[in-house]
Amino acid sequence: MSESAPSSAGGSVPSDALPIARLDEAYRTMVLARAIDERCLTLQRQGRIGFYAPHSGQEAALVGSAMAMEPDDWVYPAYRELVVALVRGAPLASVFDQFYGNRQDRSRGRQMPNHLAFADQHFVSASSPIGTQITQAVGTAMAAQRRKSPIAVITYFGDGATSSNDFHAGLNFAGVFGAPVVFFCQNNQWAISLPRERQTRSATLAEKADAYGIPGEVVDGNDLPAVYSAVRRARARAVAGDGPTLLEAQVYRLGPHSTSDDPHRYRADAEVALARQRDPLERTKVILVQAGRWNETRDTQLWEETRRAVGEAVKVAEAVPPMEPTSIFDDVYATLPKRLAIERAEYEAFAARGRPGP
Amino acid sequence: MTELTLVQAVNRGLFEAMRADPDVLVLGEDVGINGGVFRATDGLFKEFGGDRVIDTPLSETGIVGTAIGMAVYGLKPVAEIQFLDFVYPAFDQIVSELAKMRYRSGGQYPCHVVIRAPYGGGIKGGLYHSQSTEAYFCHTPGLKVVIPSTPADAKGLLLSAIHDEDPVIFLEPKRIYRSASGEVPDGDHRVPFGEARTVREGTDVSVFAYGAMVPPATEAAEAVGRDGISAEVIDLRSLVPLDEDAVIASVEKTGRAVIVHEAARFCGYGAELAALLAEKALYALKAPIARVTGYDTPFPYALEHVYLPGADRIEAALRSTVAAG
Repeated sequence: MSESAPSSAGGSVPSDALPIARLDEAYRTMVLARAIDERCLTLQRQGRIGFYAPHSGQEAALVGSAMAMEPDDWVYPAYRELVVALVRGAPLASVFDQFYGNRQDRSRGRQMPNHLAFADQHFVSASSPIGTQITQAVGTAMAAQRRKSPIAVITYFGDGATSSNDFHAGLNFAGVFGAPVVFFCQNNQWAISLPRERQTRSATLAEKADAYGIPGEVVDGNDLPAVYSAVRRARARAVAGDGPTLLEAQVYRLGPHSTSDDPHRYRADAEVALARQRDPLERTKVILVQAGRWNETRDTQLWEETRRAVGEAVKVAEAVPPMEPTSIFDDVYATLPKRLAIERAEYEAFAARGRPGP
Repeated sequence: MTELTLVQAVNRGLFEAMRADPDVLVLGEDVGINGGVFRATDGLFKEFGGDRVIDTPLSETGIVGTAIGMAVYGLKPVAEIQFLDFVYPAFDQIVSELAKMRYRSGGQYPCHVVIRAPYGGGIKGGLYHSQSTEAYFCHTPGLKVVIPSTPADAKGLLLSAIHDEDPVIFLEPKRIYRSASGEVPDGDHRVPFGEARTVREGTDVSVFAYGAMVPPATEAAEAVGRDGISAEVIDLRSLVPLDEDAVIASVEKTGRAVIVHEAARFCGYGAELAALLAEKALYALKAPIARVTGYDTPFPYALEHVYLPGADRIEAALRSTVAAG
């Protein structure tokens, strides 16, 4: 890495620090993430996509953590991590293909928006049940250990997931087996309508690591370089054979849990207003402006370009034809079993009479 | 050929698979040094070590969740659930994750895990060491479900399960782990899924059974045979995929069907068989279909002999079905 770290005052640069040039890239990705949120909330209200789970307020945590991992590492996401897939190289268009469940969707129209899978990016299929990906991430890490692959696995989950069975089982297994995992908890303070203090009496979520004999660390999730460094260190420990780490990135979910809820029912506007003052985008921009790498003109230009790119991606995805109806019978098993072949033929015969299936 | 008990055949199958493929590994509670509470994994730890025969913490969701992660990465994990009764903490992982991983990722993430679990009653195991809840898994698209009743099938179906590309629930009838013994082919012996086995041919009535119900069903068929009733016994072996052709063909021949399982009757696997016959073989039926099953109660401890279908109840059903038409 040729560039120096942002805040070093002549001292040596820690190897886990984010080079300032990569902060430009991080900021651009954060703007992209925010622009996707804006656009998708509108698309959902217009009935053009069925669902959306926004990530506004979590961009520094998402982008910083994603940038700290390597291409050969594996990711077990929840459903608010689309930008992690983008950082790892998934094309923007393919995210919208998934939202529309169209014929180019890598997941073949099987899942609600946000439940992504990109095998090329080692971004394993997300599901809706909370916390189930945590034990799976540990399994992949244990498999990598057995294959002697020098990789780490990162898994994402929220504050609510720390109450789930798989959080406990996953951290416990990882501790016992020394699995190379980074448990990345985005504590966004709200699990739908339940505030963080109603999830657990523990003062922090990170301290739960103590019970499993593994390191736990709180990090300011609005501070992108801090997130990057924390994940970098956790990853280094994992790859060195020193086992798993639990990181708690403290963030704030600025929007609703999803397009299916109204946060005004359960939290005060003042609380959200306060969180907006700590917006991770603003905070990252300030670092860049102070470093002389950014200004308002460039910022306005970036927002325009980004919104245009997102708009284009939407347009492209909307033009792709929908999945073939009979594709619902594929991928249940490796090969189409006789019973499903019969059901498919039943559907085809029914559809051929000019009426769509039930 | 080697004379083995059913549990020994499972053990030989595991040895065979692990020797042939370094990606096959075993994980579960007490499967390592202890060799499994029923000794199904006996000796594996000594030969293959702790990296491939993994004693896990006591958490079924941990066992199945980590097995899924291993499979997604390319290993071939065989997870043991100590008793099927204890699988429920892993139910979410099995039905929400394992069964759907290939489908929901559009085929990007095949997920081949074998889950072995001893199931069924007759060992004085009470409520929580006796249940036969295969229907939960049969009702979940994406899973395959197989149940051997002989040592040869135990090894053959297990090796097929380990070499399959889909997740397989492999249920072992623990009641006959040691009482069932027989010749088992050596080496890579495989029994294909979706093929029922005719235990005994007959012309008057068909009996469909699997797992630990095959021996009493056969005994009942022999008993009525002494009175001139010719009963055909079909061991389904593979519940998903089901050998529908064998079921239909047998009833087309005999015109009568008695379905036996130890699980509760309501919405049990027998209901699917009865529906299949109603759809595909109705006009061949000469008498109403009979089901001989566990009662619709939780599994009782002291009175398990009352709950479990035995040769006597199956025999009574055979006689009344033949008498009915």
